Amino acid sequence: MHIIDRRLNPKEKSLGNRQRFLRRAKEEIRNAVNESLKRRKVTETESGEKIRIRAKSLHEPSFGLGRDGERDFVLPGNSDYIVGDTIPKPPEGGGGGGSAGSADGHGEDDFVFTLSKEEFLDLFFEDLKLPNLVKVKLKDTRSPTPVRAGYTVDGPPAKINRVRTMRNSLARRIALRRPSLENIEQAEDELEEAERNGETDEKTLALLRERANRLKHLRRMVPFIDPLDLKYNRFEHVPKPITQAVMFCLMDTSASMTQSLKDLAKRFFMLLHIFLTRHYREVDVVFIRHTSVASEVDENTFFRSTETGGTVISSAFEEMKRVQQERYPADEWNIYAAQASDGANDLGDMARCIDMLDRTILPLCQYYAYIEVGTHISESIIWSGFSPLEKRQRHFAMRHVSSPDEIYPVFHDLFSSAESQ
Amino acid sequence: MTETRTKKRGSAAEPLFESAEWTFDTLKLAYDAVEKIGKRDLKLDIYPNQIEVITAEQMLDAYTSTGMPLMYRHWSFGKHFAHEQTSYRRGMRSLAYELVINSNPCINYLMEENSATMQTLVIAHAAMGHNHFFKNNYLFKQWTNADAILDYLAFAKSYVRECEERYGLEEVEGILDAAHALMNQGVSRQPKIPISSRSMKKEQKQKKRQEHEEATYDDLWRTVPKLRQPAHGPDEMPGSGNGDSFDLGLPEENVLYFLEKHAPRLKDWQRELLRIVRMLAQYFYPQRQTKMMNEGCATFVHYEIMNKMYERGQLTEGSMLEALHLHSAVVMQPAFNDRRFSGLNPYALGFAMMRDIQRICDDPTAEDREWFPDFAGNGDAMGTLKDAWANYRDESFILQFLSPAVIRDFRLFGLHDDSEDPEVTVTSIHNESGYRNIRRMLARHYDAGEQDADIRVTDADLSGNRRLTLTHYVRNKRLLNKQEGERTLQHLAQLWGHRVKLLEVDAETKKPIRELEALPIP
Repeated sequence: MHIIDRRLNPKEKSLGNRQRFLRRAKEEIRNAVNESLKRRKVTETESGEKIRIRAKSLHEPSFGLGRDGERDFVLPGNSDYIVGDTIPKPPEGGGGGGSAGSADGHGEDDFVFTLSKEEFLDLFFEDLKLPNLVKVKLKDTRSPTPVRAGYTVDGPPAKINRVRTMRNSLARRIALRRPSLENIEQAEDELEEAERNGETDEKTLALLRERANRLKHLRRMVPFIDPLDLKYNRFEHVPKPITQAVMFCLMDTSASMTQSLKDLAKRFFMLLHIFLTRHYREVDVVFIRHTSVASEVDENTFFRSTETGGTVISSAFEEMKRVQQERYPADEWNIYAAQASDGANDLGDMARCIDMLDRTILPLCQYYAYIEVGTHISESIIWSGFSPLEKRQRHFAMRHVSSPDEIYPVFHDLFSSAESQ
Repeated sequence: MTETRTKKRGSAAEPLFESAEWTFDTLKLAYDAVEKIGKRDLKLDIYPNQIEVITAEQMLDAYTSTGMPLMYRHWSFGKHFAHEQTSYRRGMRSLAYELVINSNPCINYLMEENSATMQTLVIAHAAMGHNHFFKNNYLFKQWTNADAILDYLAFAKSYVRECEERYGLEEVEGILDAAHALMNQGVSRQPKIPISSRSMKKEQKQKKRQEHEEATYDDLWRTVPKLRQPAHGPDEMPGSGNGDSFDLGLPEENVLYFLEKHAPRLKDWQRELLRIVRMLAQYFYPQRQTKMMNEGCATFVHYEIMNKMYERGQLTEGSMLEALHLHSAVVMQPAFNDRRFSGLNPYALGFAMMRDIQRICDDPTAEDREWFPDFAGNGDAMGTLKDAWANYRDESFILQFLSPAVIRDFRLFGLHDDSEDPEVTVTSIHNESGYRNIRRMLARHYDAGEQDADIRVTDADLSGNRRLTLTHYVRNKRLLNKQEGERTLQHLAQLWGHRVKLLEVDAETKKPIRELEALPIP
């Protein structure tokens, strides 16, 4: 009998099955993820999620008997029934007569399980990326990547290259004629046989004996693995080019933006923020909010604080330009911007605003996304003002969002890797 | 102190452990004590044991991948895992204390959370009881090969993985999905294709053949124009050209076997995957047929062993109380109108019947002598039980050994249900005229062949339109669940590659009732 402690075995043995399962249910899970986004508060976007799916593709059918027909069965616990008594059937699906329902096919219940945060976000941002990430520049190498660079004769045991080592060992053993165990056994057998057969010629015996001894000696002298054989994998640390990118988030916080519109805009930026921090570790994010004046704020203020006032969009463009010129030279950085607004702007600012966007901001940017939140009953000033740009500038995109469940599709649309731009 | 107490108890031993915590030393002590009683007193015949201690997560993992220590990868296992995990975390379900595998050596998984007493009980239950049953029951002997199963699973796992690498996840998944859907139809009920170690070795041959082909692969051949595929196709199929169902060995109840051998469009590796699923279905079939006896046997054995250990002073009173508490929870049978009722508890029924046999052997009543003249009062309970464990399955065991006493104890009563009536009718109760009826009905309930739909491949037209026909012999007007049936048939059509028809005919009158059809989607 053996007792084995398996508790220390590698965890997540079922990971492969889980991945296959998630892949299989991807469509349904994505829908569920999207659903769940509606219910979530802005602040809890980055956590795991309990997912409820009703997945056709997860169903495992088999030939089972239906409910119709006749059957006999036996139950325990008869209290006072006698032959001929009748018992009304429990209503459909209402538990009760246990064994009566057991053989039937199982219904398609909702399937509930929990996605980890990683899985949740992976699914969430699958196939998304920043478009036109072209300006590649060699930055100082803070995290050089190890790259395979041949073999070396010394190193830590963990890096031993077994194939190379054994190849050397084999070559050396052949070259030095290291006898195999069979050779030795054979020599010994021959000696034994000679002795058994009453071989009297001392000379022959001595020869055989010497041969056996020599083989044994040789085997001792030529080791199976010699320090000379050892080869180790060698790694070199190579600096990797890192693409630098910055994302400007511009949000209108004026009085015309109601709480629910702000919430919509914040959700969008929240998504953008998580997406960027997750997939592009080197991306800087600049938060700019504006009313009639614009200011750069930190993440916390951007998402949480409330302030009101009029609307002058060009102020935000000015602020963006200032920050960009100060910190993000256009020849070194990939610049992105996303703007959210309810479509209202000071009428007198409109011409200047469009001009700035067209001449100053868009040429700087790799990609510019404009999100208009609100019901969009009639065309807003900004929408009609920006529309011509969309046709002219290939890297300018604008979308409407009127309810939380549209955010994810719009987001997906704007950043899907199969770019339509 | 210790010495005087030992003397006072005479031959009684020291308790093996007193604390609830177990260590590997107590585990070893407990095992040795349990094995001694099992082998010497109960004279059990067991495979060598291998005890493995595992965590809750590992237990979840083990029983979501069909309880085997290694298994190929498939999304359905991931699905069950996710499901079990969710209900386990919410506290809706507790985990099994142990899991035992019919292999040689017999692998027993013990949960780390178990107390020392529980570990002892579980060792007695699984490492003795189940182990003895696996080694001696005729179904397991006939159908499973405990020596080869682990090697076979290792082969299956690596084969599926290689196929995934070679042909892509989706391709492999499609075949496995379809094969899983037909798993219940992948069993041969008559011993026609015995699973010997020789047929297991065939798997290795198959692999070697493929390796050889790869080793001798010469890229030059690629440049030689190929024969046209269709002209080549039919040659691979036995019995092609005449479509004679006799040549194909029809009717065939093992649908997976039939597809593996005769489906015209499957590639070799796809056939191999079908074979793997079929082999597993066959391996698990005896467990389905002996669930009640197997659990009854294990429960009976642990009850005997724990009592003996207590008698000998190897267990403290506290431990014994804990063990009895566990035992009674396991063998509890709620009445049919109880909220906890979920069918007959196989542990309860099995244990009760085996205790009853013991009673009949040692201390029979007049009724027992009349019902069981063969062994009533023979004084050899263990011998009688061992004979039952070796030579019966659930169905025949109930037919042979269910006594009026047990029927009365459980207050079993028989009912008849017709889906057209609004009420079910009581047909038998525990009285003189009802005993035999109840016994027969219950036996049929435990007959796997009776509970599954009787579906056979009845015709395959290999020369003409290549349509495959299956027939469901409908008993008691019980048709297939339509939606499920259609979906499964779709899987079947994918494997067959051409139109598939399922006829539902009355088993007695042979009158056709319904027809389902499916076409493969390319």
